[in-house]
Amino acid sequence: MDATFPHSPSRRLFLKTGAAAGGGLLLSFNLPAAGRAEGEATANPFSAFVRIAPDGVVTIAATRPEIGQGIKTSSPMLIAEELDADWSRVRIEQAPIDAKVFGEQSAGGSTSTPDDWTPMRQVGAVGRALLIQAAAQRWKTPAAGLTTEPGFVVDAAGKRRASYGELAQAAAGLAAPDPKTLVLKDPKTYRIIGKPQKQSDTPAIVTGKPLYGIDVRVPGMLYATFLKAPVFAAKVAEVDLAPAKAVKGVRHAFVVDGGTELEGLLGGVVVVGDTWWAARKGRNALEVTWADHPTSAQSSAGFAAQAAALHKQPPHRNVRTVGDVKAALGGAAKVVQAEYSYPFNAHATLEPQNCTASFKDGKVEIWAPAQNPEDGRELVAKTLGIKPDDITLHFTRSGGGFGRRLMNDFMVEAAWISKVVGAPVKLLWTREDDLQHDFYRPAGYHSLTAGLDAKGDLVAWRNHFVSFGEGEKFVRAAGMNATQFPFGAVPNYALDVSVMPLGVPTGWLRAPGNNAYGFVLQGFTDEVAHAAGQDPVAFRRRLLGEPRLIGEPGKGDSFDTGRMRGVLDLVAEKSGWGRKTGKGVGLGVACHYSHRGYVAVVMEVAVADGQVEVRKAWAAVDVGRQIVNPNGAEQQVQGSILDGVGSAMGQQITIENGAATQSNFGDFPMLRFADAPDVEVHFRVTDHDPTGLGEPALPPAPAALVNAIFAATGKRIRSLPIAGQLA
Amino acid sequence: MAVELKVNGQVHAVDAEPDTPLLWVLRDVLGLVGTKYGCGVAQCGACTVHIDGVAMRSCVTSLARVGAKAVTTIEGVGAGPVGAKVQQAWTAIDVPQCGYCQAGQIMSATALLTAAPKPTDDEIDAAMNGNICRCATYIRIRKAIKVASGQVEA
Repeated sequence: MDATFPHSPSRRLFLKTGAAAGGGLLLSFNLPAAGRAEGEATANPFSAFVRIAPDGVVTIAATRPEIGQGIKTSSPMLIAEELDADWSRVRIEQAPIDAKVFGEQSAGGSTSTPDDWTPMRQVGAVGRALLIQAAAQRWKTPAAGLTTEPGFVVDAAGKRRASYGELAQAAAGLAAPDPKTLVLKDPKTYRIIGKPQKQSDTPAIVTGKPLYGIDVRVPGMLYATFLKAPVFAAKVAEVDLAPAKAVKGVRHAFVVDGGTELEGLLGGVVVVGDTWWAARKGRNALEVTWADHPTSAQSSAGFAAQAAALHKQPPHRNVRTVGDVKAALGGAAKVVQAEYSYPFNAHATLEPQNCTASFKDGKVEIWAPAQNPEDGRELVAKTLGIKPDDITLHFTRSGGGFGRRLMNDFMVEAAWISKVVGAPVKLLWTREDDLQHDFYRPAGYHSLTAGLDAKGDLVAWRNHFVSFGEGEKFVRAAGMNATQFPFGAVPNYALDVSVMPLGVPTGWLRAPGNNAYGFVLQGFTDEVAHAAGQDPVAFRRRLLGEPRLIGEPGKGDSFDTGRMRGVLDLVAEKSGWGRKTGKGVGLGVACHYSHRGYVAVVMEVAVADGQVEVRKAWAAVDVGRQIVNPNGAEQQVQGSILDGVGSAMGQQITIENGAATQSNFGDFPMLRFADAPDVEVHFRVTDHDPTGLGEPALPPAPAALVNAIFAATGKRIRSLPIAGQLA
Repeated sequence: MAVELKVNGQVHAVDAEPDTPLLWVLRDVLGLVGTKYGCGVAQCGACTVHIDGVAMRSCVTSLARVGAKAVTTIEGVGAGPVGAKVQQAWTAIDVPQCGYCQAGQIMSATALLTAAPKPTDDEIDAAMNGNICRCATYIRIRKAIKVASGQVEA
């Protein structure tokens, strides 16, 4: 997730075997970096990746949080494939949180697939090698002559076969081979990877089984609601708690003083009751006077005015210059200039933030729908003044993540409340809490200038980006990578930055940065194409040029113009680019690289009476040589593109008097059923290691949409959201 | 004082204030957590249940308003032929991503197919527009409804 996301290196595997309770094979591994002594027991009952029972059922641990991205199914598929398991006899269990056993257990930045791709296949391959070895010993034949069929070791020459279940016990007594010595399967022989597999939790979801954080129930549990100051980090000045305590079913009401860090425990009033509704009624009875706060005058309108003023000034600093932009613009046959902007935006996971915590005798147990729970451990330890090892974490399935649950504010709140009331507590935020206390996608303001030569080639590109931060430092998720396309494709290039201070919490929203830069860069590229008198697809092809690596290969992100050209050509073909459309109907194109994926999108829209109807979207996607689960991959691409449509159409968080003004889905509109077009998804296979799909299909979608609106109406949308601009 | 509440064919003695929304009675009193909270103001549909067969938002329907009427939730909807068909179609199409909204989607779809066994696209739009899916699984929801109603094959 760009440079700002804490991304740890891939797992290094040192697999160990062991016997499962009741017989069978356990495959676990030790991370030497974790400092655990050889053979030291872990606290968790299932500290293994694979468990093969005597009846042949293979249980595979899903080690990462499932937030709707499908990793709970796709990562075990990698193990099952190389194990040569019978997929119909594979059970998937959510692994406990134990970094010492499972390594990185986060979900963010579309990194799970690339990070799991090799290690998880190696886990499966080690298991298969052990089972073959066990069969070789049983049959007193060389292992080299044996092979496997799903769930069986087979000796073709001796016409013998043995099930994994029969061999598991013997395999448990063998030493695991070094994964590096094993040859992984030829992809042509895959039986599980590359075949559409259903998400493992679907049967439980459609029958309403408890799966999510909000569904956790602990004996003796109370329910909590937490009213925080509308102005971020403001404190309670005055409150009478009696009206809340008078409500039937309310057990506790108290003030939390809170700290000053937006990521941590903030000030407010907590009400705890026998049911959440009782607590909520108690909260509704409160009248709180909030203390003045230094950020209570900030507003979205004020930020926009400051940005406009900054755009007229020389930038605070230049981040990157190639060539001489000023000279090139001076000599250009045509100069195009435009301002682009986008608002703060919220994640709005449909499951509001929540967490269950049980504090007892200086230790706390926590159940959280979290994307990066280990970060929460530090926060809770620091805030409650306890040792990190005195915190036991469990994660649940999350009702959406989108980056919101990379932050762990709800975790520290629940732990604090449980400590104060001395009972297990489930904290549940209201939707209003969720929209008004998010870590928002930062707003941003871009002043763009492009120069074209007489042939219509792009010769200069300058972006004066006004963002939030202080000095050289951006606030979280507000920075911009200097090598965003068209860096490397234009001879004269400059990224300049000016920043303003911010007192609004910001964070990573699905495809951080890129969810906005895709709109800005590909929207403006479209304007430049039209100014050059060229077809938008043809202009992009020319700009991409010959297949080569641009950006900064070896020093961070590189950008393969050939891969982008490939998806651009594919989406043009599939969408019938260039065909005639009726009056008020238009096709728009955009292509964007992020999270190691290349995605091009075409959208067809019809605009009438100021209303935009997205009729259809086409996507061409290049995430390498292997789509792990085509079923989940299609879901992620469709979902990302529709997410981009929904957010571009109507979503914004407006800051006034230091607080978010939107409060629920009435003023924060989500894409709805009748407005969702079909999305046709095509994958282009190229010979690169597989990468993730939770994010890269989103960034081109808003640009394709506004470019289509331009094609349909001649109206150029340069600020989001679109709603209200076409009337 | 306890009142009687009929849920999924079973009568429960419920000790809750009459103004308590049905959602919180289901979740926090009866432990039927399949019905979800999303907005609390009938804007998202995650809390949809059937009350005497009609799809209702349980987050704004008080216990007093339910009275003696029969409540069906996601935990019980599969006992009926239409609900079972809808759940099967949802599984066959593998609709969910995060899955949080799907209980509400299934309840709305079941109510639709009970009233209109072969709904048109417009009827599907109208019946499903009140249910937000943040992951935007709408394409598959439409397909699953058509599969459940026998209009297309899975």
